[in-house]
Amino acid sequence: MSDSSRTLADLQPGERAVVATFPAEPGTQRLREMGLVAGTRVRLLRFAPMGDPLELEVRGYRLSLRRAEAALIPVQEAAKP
Amino acid sequence: MSALETESATLTVALVGNPNCGKTTLFNAFTGLHQKIANYPGVTVEKKLGTFMTQHGTEATLIDLPGAYSLQPQSPDEQVTRDVLLGHEEGTARPDRVLCVVDASNLERNLYLATQVLELGLPSVVALNMMDVARANGDDIDLAALSAALGAPVVPCEALTRTGLPELRVALSGKLEPARMTPPPEGEDGIAARYERIGEIVDRCVRKSSTPILSAQERSDRIDAVLIHPLWGWAFFLGLMALLFVSMFSFASFPMDGIKWVFEQAGAKVGPLLPAGDLRSLIVEGIIAGVGSVVVFLPQILILFLFIGLLEDSGYMARAAFLMDRLMGRVGLHGKSFVPLLSCYACAVPGIMATRTIENPNDRLVTILIAPFMSCSARLPVYALMIATLFAGEASALQQGGILLAMYTLGTLTAFAFAWLFKRTLLKAPRSPLILELPPYRRPSLATVVHGLRGRAAAFLKRAGTVIVALSVVLWALAYYPRGGAEMKKEEQLAQSFAGRMGKAIEPALEPIGMNWKMGIGLIGAQAAREVFVSTLAVVYAVGGEDEGGKAEPKSVAQALRQDRWPDGRVVYTPLVCLTVMIFFVLSMQCISTLATMRRETNTWRWPIFAFCYMTGFAYLASLVFYQGGRALGW
Repeated sequence: MSDSSRTLADLQPGERAVVATFPAEPGTQRLREMGLVAGTRVRLLRFAPMGDPLELEVRGYRLSLRRAEAALIPVQEAAKP
Repeated sequence: MSALETESATLTVALVGNPNCGKTTLFNAFTGLHQKIANYPGVTVEKKLGTFMTQHGTEATLIDLPGAYSLQPQSPDEQVTRDVLLGHEEGTARPDRVLCVVDASNLERNLYLATQVLELGLPSVVALNMMDVARANGDDIDLAALSAALGAPVVPCEALTRTGLPELRVALSGKLEPARMTPPPEGEDGIAARYERIGEIVDRCVRKSSTPILSAQERSDRIDAVLIHPLWGWAFFLGLMALLFVSMFSFASFPMDGIKWVFEQAGAKVGPLLPAGDLRSLIVEGIIAGVGSVVVFLPQILILFLFIGLLEDSGYMARAAFLMDRLMGRVGLHGKSFVPLLSCYACAVPGIMATRTIENPNDRLVTILIAPFMSCSARLPVYALMIATLFAGEASALQQGGILLAMYTLGTLTAFAFAWLFKRTLLKAPRSPLILELPPYRRPSLATVVHGLRGRAAAFLKRAGTVIVALSVVLWALAYYPRGGAEMKKEEQLAQSFAGRMGKAIEPALEPIGMNWKMGIGLIGAQAAREVFVSTLAVVYAVGGEDEGGKAEPKSVAQALRQDRWPDGRVVYTPLVCLTVMIFFVLSMQCISTLATMRRETNTWRWPIFAFCYMTGFAYLASLVFYQGGRALGW
């Protein structure tokens, strides 16, 4: 799987990543307003006990999304610190 | 009027902020009990107004605008916030000043809305709330730099401990310049540009202290490791729900008995003051008993909302939605439908009101339509009577509990089945996204919770005093008129009243589900409130003596029911009939308060009428299948 095709939903618990550029569509407006824009560092914390939704760390707070929405957001590997 | 232009004209301040930023706590701290709640026209968004004294001793109005993440609205709540700030909201003047609340411990996301608001150019003050949490997180915020960057005064505060409140009051009272904040450069992506600028501001104004402190967020993550653990998380959740039900049904029984006693005493004391006749009956049996039968649920509702308030304020409710979302998602609902449906086990009225937190109008409507299937506490007396009749009053705890559990399960599963059906047919819509913030856990503030409870209690009692009084009078009249002779016994009088005639008229429809006209009268009474079924049957079967408002014990009513026979000598209340009655009560829509609440929350009679028809129709069908199926099996 090439790196560019990964999305937030593909991350493993504990994994860090950076949001890649994604087009501004009406369906993603609120996700973007919540701070998920290109270049934002994120960390997947966990999936809910039944596998969905998931919990993210973004901009210092905790946000929960379903896999379906997370799959709209492409990510890149986080730059090594 | 020149007074309006002078300094003494009332200053209006709008309170704006993200959900979970402490806005409501700040509103309460500022206005105390000087609050009133109304509705914005055409929508079911609460308009919360309060007054406070400025530094100069003049009264100012504070409008608590609904929490919003952005001025590009995605819900009716956010639409109101935007419209009020722009002066587009009908009946609400554009505020003179803005108090913009920002959670210092979640600065970047909070500044998104804050910068949008400041760009409107209204004279504004930024309240930097939760400074204690930010400090514990090791964030050192340069207030002067932040104020310069935002173009408005920034006042640090802690709404819970009222720290910084005097300074905020001073800032709001004095001369205040319009906020000077220019919109980010128009680009392809306005949202990204805004966050880029916020990033620069935060880089400039916040310094991470080097001392490692256990931050609120880390502590919260440790709690979450247990509370949303695949095993312990569910154990905790189920334990909590069990505790809630036990408290609702056991602790509430003492105050409920007390309220019942007060209303009985009131009836007994007021009755003799009035001449015997229509007026006395109207007041004692219609109004006092009718209102009493609703107010008696107040303790349960308060316990439920105390629970929900504590869980919400501590941050657990978002986790419950997180845990439940998948299950609810199976039938097309949302994790956010969980709390309203939970409330419905006490009473559908507050449950339906609690659906206001669901942003998507379709999801909200589906939740409202299925809410009355959750077995509310008003059904309990009916279940208790039928169980007592079924087992001749000698049901073991296991039998009783088993049947109750079956009824609660039946209602809940039916609710989910209909949600699934509605989401696929009537209210077909793409699944709305779940975008749920999980705020850090914190110690719930009793003051905030109690404040909310007081509002709930007031709203509930107001309903009992208006709608329910009116409906009680109508039902009383149906059961009271036309009058027969003076010597007529109570049960004969009831039999020939309008309600009695209606019961007889619907008997042909009731026979196929094993019910006779006497139960028909009970069903008509139950349209006001389900538990009225029990007291109506008590009158129909002449239990409880001749004295007015005589007390009917379920046991004695059950005994009378067991004696009832069809004209051909068959027993009326066979075990199969008792179960059928319970099933009918689980599924049918019988509560006028619920219908009135649906009307108010959906702004049309269409949905309450629909709910009444589909629920009662389905209840009849299910009872028919159950009863006839049972007969065919020889029960």
